[in-house]
Amino acid sequence: MSITQEKIEELTSIARKVRRHIIEMTAEAGSGHPGGSLSCCDILTALYFDVLNVDPKRPTWSERDRFVLSKGHAAPALYAVLAEKGYFAKEELMRLRKTGAMLQGHPDMKGTPGLDMTTGSLGQGLSAANGMALAGKLDKKDYRVYVLLGDGETEEGQVWEAAMASAHYKLDNLTAFVDHNGLQIDGPITQVMSPEKIQDKFKAFGWHVIDIDGHNFREILDAVEEAKNTKGRPTAIVAKTVKGKGVPFMENVVDWHGKAPTKEQAEEALKAL
Amino acid sequence: MPKIATREAYGQALAELGEEIKDIVVLDADLSKSTKTSVFAKKYPERFFNMGIAEQNLMGTAAGFATCGKIPFASTFAVFAAGRAFEQIRNSICYPNLNVKIAATHAGITVGEDGATHQSVEDIALMRSIPHMIVINPADAEEAKQAVRAAAMHKGPVYLRFGRHPVETIFDNNYKFEIGKGVILKEGKDVAIIATGTMVGEALKAAELLSKKGIEAMVVNISTIKPIDKEIIIKAAECGAIVTAEEHNIIGGLGSAVAEVLAEARPTPMKRIGIADEFGQSGKPEELLKLYHLTADDIAKAAEELKKG
Repeated sequence: MSITQEKIEELTSIARKVRRHIIEMTAEAGSGHPGGSLSCCDILTALYFDVLNVDPKRPTWSERDRFVLSKGHAAPALYAVLAEKGYFAKEELMRLRKTGAMLQGHPDMKGTPGLDMTTGSLGQGLSAANGMALAGKLDKKDYRVYVLLGDGETEEGQVWEAAMASAHYKLDNLTAFVDHNGLQIDGPITQVMSPEKIQDKFKAFGWHVIDIDGHNFREILDAVEEAKNTKGRPTAIVAKTVKGKGVPFMENVVDWHGKAPTKEQAEEALKAL
Repeated sequence: MPKIATREAYGQALAELGEEIKDIVVLDADLSKSTKTSVFAKKYPERFFNMGIAEQNLMGTAAGFATCGKIPFASTFAVFAAGRAFEQIRNSICYPNLNVKIAATHAGITVGEDGATHQSVEDIALMRSIPHMIVINPADAEEAKQAVRAAAMHKGPVYLRFGRHPVETIFDNNYKFEIGKGVILKEGKDVAIIATGTMVGEALKAAELLSKKGIEAMVVNISTIKPIDKEIIIKAAECGAIVTAEEHNIIGGLGSAVAEVLAEARPTPMKRIGIADEFGQSGKPEELLKLYHLTADDIAKAAEELKKG
């Protein structure tokens, strides 16, 4: 199944809006994680606007595909995608991280339509996704489960407990993306605590592994198709990405992991978008 | 009456409930023979998931099941459930208020010969400090059986605490367990003994010892440590002196929970019987109970001392 040029243009246009939201909402909040939100933004846009069988009007519909943002600090990207998809009003985005607001600093499924799991403490999302995938198999349902991990996040031991279990239970209804932007809070992942080579580790745990450019919609969607057609084991899509993608002064700069842009920086960023 | 371990009752109750409640799934971490989830596993293999020796993933997977409408019971030893996977229980289960039941066995020092690494004396303190969590520590097999059902019927996270070692039978099947309700097992006016779990049998024996010395002790069973039955504790305080008894550290467990109620509502002289903030060791359960001062004699002695002032 080949993706049309129109679809790519549509996704590109939505991703641009999502990136603008990420800048505006973190600037307004005065805190948050723009770098890792921008790096996974194209993957999330592709999932919600082409892949996932979901209905914003029925966020808890039992047959829906599931998505778990294991790297919960990329919440601004997910919130922006959910707002664009129509799960809640875009005005909510500007209340991110404010007292009494729906949108918490890290995803809180209790209060936010469209969130399938509460995340933020790293390493926990793949386990929850396993539970969803196992429940789907048990109930003979067709839904698929997607999870997005950070590359630094794979330093957490629980990720590998979970990876072992996904392969053991042959969860071919589960697809994990790794947002491979190469940076974590204290520096490059290879300097802080190298989880490399991530692809080889997933392979060794019994996963089907696909390498892609995480900013190329054609590659993202082709990989998802390949994952759907892979039987008897889960698929890991290791997506090479750029932290801060789309905002020149943020790209590949470690400092933008957990720092919000000032008003002036936000204006400069929006000009580039 | 025969002595039965509460973990045995858990295994039986779970297998029985599996018939009635099809949404129940059971997860274990390579201890199903010890936690007794093996009984369920044999009856419903398709709804049993062994997660291997990986407790963090055990709790996270249970959370994922719960988001899909299942009622997961996740079992392992108390020290690994409440201790090793604490943060998964906090962030993946309790914060989103998911319908997961954590059924932990081998709590307390009556684990015996395995020694301190496996003797959980902190789990009540850890679990009751997490918002949304309900903490139940049944006294005997009958109460354990009913608590398993009540936990399955309750919507939200529940921590069930079971023991390895056989305990006295306290209740017959006329008893009706209710989450959050304590029960007066023996009336008395001179001193009240509030006990939980394996120590309830010792508390009743202590009351007999005291009665011989002319002290009439009220005995209260508190199986739900959270939310705690404030009313029954305030009523017990009418005796003017309270002894708490638990197979848990005196810090953070039943004694602390009772003291919290009394300090705010009705300050009352009290003594806490429990593990005196130390680790256990290998040994036979009965020997350890003596060594760590968790017997009827110890409870009676504390009550007498309180009465003397």
